[in-house]
Amino acid sequence: MNTNRLFNILVPLISALIGLIAGALIMLGFGYNPIKGYAALWNGAFGDIYYFGETVRQVTPYIFTGLAVAFAFRSGLLNIGAEGQVIVGWLAAVWIGTTVEAPMIIHLPLAIIVAGLAGAIWGFIPGLLKATRGVHEVIVTIMLNYTALYSANAIVRNVLSDNEDKTPDVAGTASLASEWFQNMTYFSRMHYGIFIALFAAVIMWFIIERTTLGYELKSVGYNEHASKYAGMSVKRNIILSMVIAGAFAGLAGAMEGLGTFGYMSVQSGFNNLGFDGIAVALLGANTAIGVVLAAILFGSLKVGGLNMPTEAGVPTELVDIIIALIIFFVASGYIIRWAILRFKKEEK
Amino acid sequence: MDYVVEMLDIRKEFPGVVANDNITLQLKKGEIHALLGENGAGKSTLMNVLFGLYQPEKGEIRVNGKPVKITDPNIANELGIGMVHQHFMLVEPFTVTQNIILGSEPTRYGKINIRKAEREVQELSDRYGLRVDATAKISDISVGMQQRVEILKTLYRGAEVLIFDEPTAVLTPQEIVELMDIMRSLTAEGKSIILITHKLKEIMQIAERCTVIRKGEGIDTLDVAETSVTELASLMVGRNVSFKVEKEPAVPKETVLKIENLNVKDKRKVEMVKGMNLEVRAGEILGVAGVDGNGQSELIEAITGLQKSDAGKILLNDKDITNFSPRKVTESGVGHIPQDRHKYGLVLDYSVGENMVLQTYYKKPYSKYKTLNYNEIYKKAAELIEEYDVRTPSVYTSASSLSGGNQQKAIIGREVDRSPDLLIAAQPTRGLDVGAIEFIHNKLIEERDKGRAVLLISFELDEVLDLSDRIAVMFDGQNVAEVKPEETDENELGLLMAGSTKEKAGDQG
Repeated sequence: MNTNRLFNILVPLISALIGLIAGALIMLGFGYNPIKGYAALWNGAFGDIYYFGETVRQVTPYIFTGLAVAFAFRSGLLNIGAEGQVIVGWLAAVWIGTTVEAPMIIHLPLAIIVAGLAGAIWGFIPGLLKATRGVHEVIVTIMLNYTALYSANAIVRNVLSDNEDKTPDVAGTASLASEWFQNMTYFSRMHYGIFIALFAAVIMWFIIERTTLGYELKSVGYNEHASKYAGMSVKRNIILSMVIAGAFAGLAGAMEGLGTFGYMSVQSGFNNLGFDGIAVALLGANTAIGVVLAAILFGSLKVGGLNMPTEAGVPTELVDIIIALIIFFVASGYIIRWAILRFKKEEK
Repeated sequence: MDYVVEMLDIRKEFPGVVANDNITLQLKKGEIHALLGENGAGKSTLMNVLFGLYQPEKGEIRVNGKPVKITDPNIANELGIGMVHQHFMLVEPFTVTQNIILGSEPTRYGKINIRKAEREVQELSDRYGLRVDATAKISDISVGMQQRVEILKTLYRGAEVLIFDEPTAVLTPQEIVELMDIMRSLTAEGKSIILITHKLKEIMQIAERCTVIRKGEGIDTLDVAETSVTELASLMVGRNVSFKVEKEPAVPKETVLKIENLNVKDKRKVEMVKGMNLEVRAGEILGVAGVDGNGQSELIEAITGLQKSDAGKILLNDKDITNFSPRKVTESGVGHIPQDRHKYGLVLDYSVGENMVLQTYYKKPYSKYKTLNYNEIYKKAAELIEEYDVRTPSVYTSASSLSGGNQQKAIIGREVDRSPDLLIAAQPTRGLDVGAIEFIHNKLIEERDKGRAVLLISFELDEVLDLSDRIAVMFDGQNVAEVKPEETDENELGLLMAGSTKEKAGDQG
């Protein structure tokens, strides 16, 4: 058993190492110094307290979207719609944040809850269609991503602003921004949302592993027939799973709207928080703790990568390739697992 | 010595278990050699060692007298060893020939020469009397034919030794007879066969010699001609097995289940149950006999709430439960051992413990305020495992890693433990070995004696005749006759199942 644990730690480490080596080869091939490049990546993510704050800020929504995809996946559903759920959550949070007047103790929670509800509704639609009409959730969620994007743009332009490209800032009473964090991290955009994100991960763990609801959701995901035989309502569970998943993604939107930016602007395309969430979830093996770890990796690479062009002169396109390679190798841990087992077998 | 394959003193360990120990199997050229053992005794492990999927810790394998190391299935193929799997490995939309050449396609300039392959396959088929159409699509041919395609596949790859893994489990009685003819013609052509099975009758019919293994250990190799079913059974199980079910006459009491003029459609909207009437009383086992596809599955689905009925009534203890949801049916006092234990009976990815509370997880003490209490769940599971002799390393083991018999015992434990008024047992012993069958039959009778109503549905006439106190024959969606087991025989039942009326069947019987 001891060797097993060692094995489980060793595999991701070796995978990450190979990913780094692959990235280094790419940099070498294009005539850049990989040591300088990776130093820049590290500095960009953890090099000083400002960058650290920015990394935490980026990790926050990744945790939420990762949870959104992972949660649905545990009941056998592919939530490709986190992207759209983020957008409606963002919009709802900013809407409440800019139009309602209330003391913080009411205003902030209200904005967050409404964002979660908006995401939940965006998850409810594909859930309902899947449960009652058998429409595949992938199709519906992809379409709803576009619906969310363009509806949100129209509302930002015409309802929440007077034909401008962004909404006004949310009221201070609805803001997650933290002066204390900002001062501490040299004015990064780090905000209180990280605590909510970590709490959400605990919630997901508890629902999935400890409640009767989680037992039903997993059961439906594993075997619909046996679940029906056992008296569970398959339809209800499919809908619930999508609703909860949508709520997680909606909260990611609240993080952006109330924390990072404090407003919503017209977006020319998807911001990829939701799509990256798919990778975060799969990398984290669809468990709550795994999602948190994967979100940290994603967030660090994303923020750290921004520093590579300036500090090491590596062009942005190359940075994206290197980051993708690292993630690719971490995700393909099973190849490493297979290789190690093979190696062990031959030793015998 | 002219042994084609020898496995000498094989030992195979998995972490924590010895799956095979001290097993010797020597296969003569041209013989049918049975490998007999209970489910989970290690038959499959042994064959996987021979097939190169596992490496033995100890022992030697010789092919044609020469020691060999078989490290993967390709080597086994090269040595002329072929396996006919229990679960077919066929690509449904492909033709017979396409399936057979898959992986070793004859090509010319990169193009598959399908004509040539078809000719070869047809020749092989004719030579061994398999009567397979080389150009037919797999999805269009019967299960029996599909099995022959598997046989052809091994022959096409030049197999001299064929391993048949539980080949009769999926076949109809007629197909079994045909399979046996095929096996005989194979050996007549000089092929050698290892037949993995736990069906004693078949061994007596077709095998020349038989190697028995029990709990992973090699017990003995016998000449079939000099042994008997009883001896084989006791060697396999390790104690004397009774084939006749021992039971007292039933003392039926009040009616528990009453079905009136029930109509049910199946998923394709075809009416399968047409005006069914049935009564099951407390303290009796009612057996439903019938050929598969005469509405038995739909009848059970309607009672248990898995399928809506269109007309008629289902009464449980005089309470109307027609079209109740599965949960409400369960809570009204129905236990259900489903026909397909993998599809309905278990969530295979869940642990044994989690499976034990599949219908009760939402109740105290297994959960409180919608939060599961795993201590209570696993405690209960451990009790049931003990009581129903479910052999599993622990309650945390996933249900998928249990043998079929143990999975079934787990389901029965779970269903019986709720003490339902009505216990529905659909094909409760399908695919199980004699030890497990005996256990399950005794449990059903025990439940009857406790005053429960038992509705048994089985396609095996022996089982219906042995267990039932009353037999209802189902034909074309209706209850066409009710007979007493002591007043009927297989012959009469067979005729009734085929749709002749009782008077006529009586005349002929």
